[in-house]
Amino acid sequence: MAKKKADNSPATDVDTRRELLRSMLLQRRFEERCAEAYALGKIGGFCHLYIGQEACGTGAISVLRPDDYIITTYRDHGQALARGMTPRAIMAELFGRIDGVVRGKGGSMHLFDRNVNFLGGHGIVGGHVPIATGVGFAIKYRGGDQVCLCFMGESVVNTGAFHEALNMAALWKLPCVFIIENNRYGMGTALERASSIHDIYNRAASYDMPRGVVDGQDVMTVRAAVQEAVDRARTESLPTLLEVRTYRFMGHSMSDAVSGTYRTKEELEEYLKRDPIIVLRTQLQQEGQLTDDDFAKLDEELKAVVQDAWDFAEQSPEPPVEALFEDVLVDTTSDAHAEAVVAAH
Amino acid sequence: MPVITYRDALNQALREEMQRDDRVFLMGEEVAVYQGAYKVSKGLLQEFGEMRVVDTPITELGFAGVGVGAAMVGLRPVIEFMTWNFALLAIDQVVNSAAKMLYMSGGQYNMPMVFRGPNGAALQLSAQHSQAWESWLAHIPGLKVVTPGTPYDAKGLLKSAIRDDNPVIMLEGEMLYNTKGDVPDDQEVLVPIGKAELKREGEHASIITHGKMVLTAMQVADQLAKQGITIDVVDLRTIRPMDIDAITSSVRKTNRAVVLEEGWELCGVGAQVVDYIQRECFDDLDAPVVRVHQADVPMPYAKNLERAAKPDAAKAIAAVKKVMYLE
Repeated sequence: MAKKKADNSPATDVDTRRELLRSMLLQRRFEERCAEAYALGKIGGFCHLYIGQEACGTGAISVLRPDDYIITTYRDHGQALARGMTPRAIMAELFGRIDGVVRGKGGSMHLFDRNVNFLGGHGIVGGHVPIATGVGFAIKYRGGDQVCLCFMGESVVNTGAFHEALNMAALWKLPCVFIIENNRYGMGTALERASSIHDIYNRAASYDMPRGVVDGQDVMTVRAAVQEAVDRARTESLPTLLEVRTYRFMGHSMSDAVSGTYRTKEELEEYLKRDPIIVLRTQLQQEGQLTDDDFAKLDEELKAVVQDAWDFAEQSPEPPVEALFEDVLVDTTSDAHAEAVVAAH
Repeated sequence: MPVITYRDALNQALREEMQRDDRVFLMGEEVAVYQGAYKVSKGLLQEFGEMRVVDTPITELGFAGVGVGAAMVGLRPVIEFMTWNFALLAIDQVVNSAAKMLYMSGGQYNMPMVFRGPNGAALQLSAQHSQAWESWLAHIPGLKVVTPGTPYDAKGLLKSAIRDDNPVIMLEGEMLYNTKGDVPDDQEVLVPIGKAELKREGEHASIITHGKMVLTAMQVADQLAKQGITIDVVDLRTIRPMDIDAITSSVRKTNRAVVLEEGWELCGVGAQVVDYIQRECFDDLDAPVVRVHQADVPMPYAKNLERAAKPDAAKAIAAVKKVMYLE
């Protein structure tokens, strides 16, 4: 399958690209503050930053309809923001507060929002891939034309769950788009040390599934490739496996060195030149669609948004202790719970 | 009242609930064209079609996850494991996804789904096919675990499980599928989840049990009655949440208890029952509680060894006599 080219058609207007730049920059500024909050002990547990990979989720999510579904891994802050979950609710969740998007029950790895069909960040590598297939199954069962977008890291391709899920998605022709964000390392283990093949989109050949590979640092390229896959899912009910080649600029989580153990400083510096925000900013500036001043203004605005989220999170109360026993089970039958949740929004 | 098999009771429950709610579907290995490895789903493919009675590849982890995904977005899956032994491959989806989704999502995504299939030993299937998993599954908050021992309870609990908005684990018994009992041909046969049943009333001792061992306990009650000993048989029916009142009210009456189960001893369901008894009935007991369970070994193949490993009526009778200081 051919490698995808960036979508530079006039249809992709300047406003769209400015929106994408804004979304990626918001994610970046948000997560820089996450790192700070983690160092200050305001965020605990595991915290996996998306810095460097923003173009993947931002480009992919930008082609979805509001009624489409998204499911992802524990590296989920960027995608949650790209889907329109508020910085306040996400930061409050990271701070473990009651106004968090899941009321302080999930933290960094488990962001969910029923309002925008964000089916969660999931913490077991590979575990959410069969769930995506199930969402695709439900769409087909109901005769709908939504799509389920499933993000995963490249280490997932070595799990049994991945193979089982892709086989069924292809066998049953389900409207799923499986996106591998290949950031080259599963924690500290390089792809080449973990997978017997290195062009991992070719794993889809085993399932006779449409597949592709694209540059994950160029948001417009990602967007074009995902658009094609989403169209295929929506109109033909066929799944796609898309490998998006990217790089994380930070450690795996908050406890490991950014470079020096499993990857070199030189390698990191090489990839930093292809920062997805710089790539898009440069494109817009070269076309005369953005000035340094515009960018600085946008940056200041987004920093203020993130500061507001921080302040909101800090002021939000901790969950009441009674909440400990809430939401283990529902006490309803025949969908009464789901109907109540929907009605409450 | 019609007398039907446990297998047909399950079939009736599935058919009625699928007729009642078109979001309910059955998925698993051999459930459709083959009509079910144990024929529980006989005729359902013909009635409901291949979108609602779905044959899967042999891919337990995968199709358990498919059920989770479908439940997240509004369907009501019934996921059949050919046996619970194979479900170990899927345990990540049962435990990490289905059981925790509601809590992790801050109450946004409940899991209206059922995982079901035969559990426990049959005959001479040896180690990998003869295991009772209820203590593993009942350990997990976020699940409900039911263990019907009669055709009536099989129908009533499966229907309740399908209508429940939580993930429900249903542990059936291969050795129970051919057993017969009274089952009303009624859409509203619903056995409440979390309620035990006093299946036999007596005065000298209580046997607290569940699942396949209910049959054994009833045989024990019959045999002891001939010797003038009458016992309560408390069928837990649901392991999580457990009906503690049913246990304690029986033990307070008889003052002697035997806990009978198919599983192994250490951290078994019976250990939890004994804990409730010591907590709530310490002053009521006239003898230490005795447990009857599988021998602490993987299940052997040879007939005589298998018999020696399994709990049975003779072992349970000996236990009752022990708590009565008769032997």
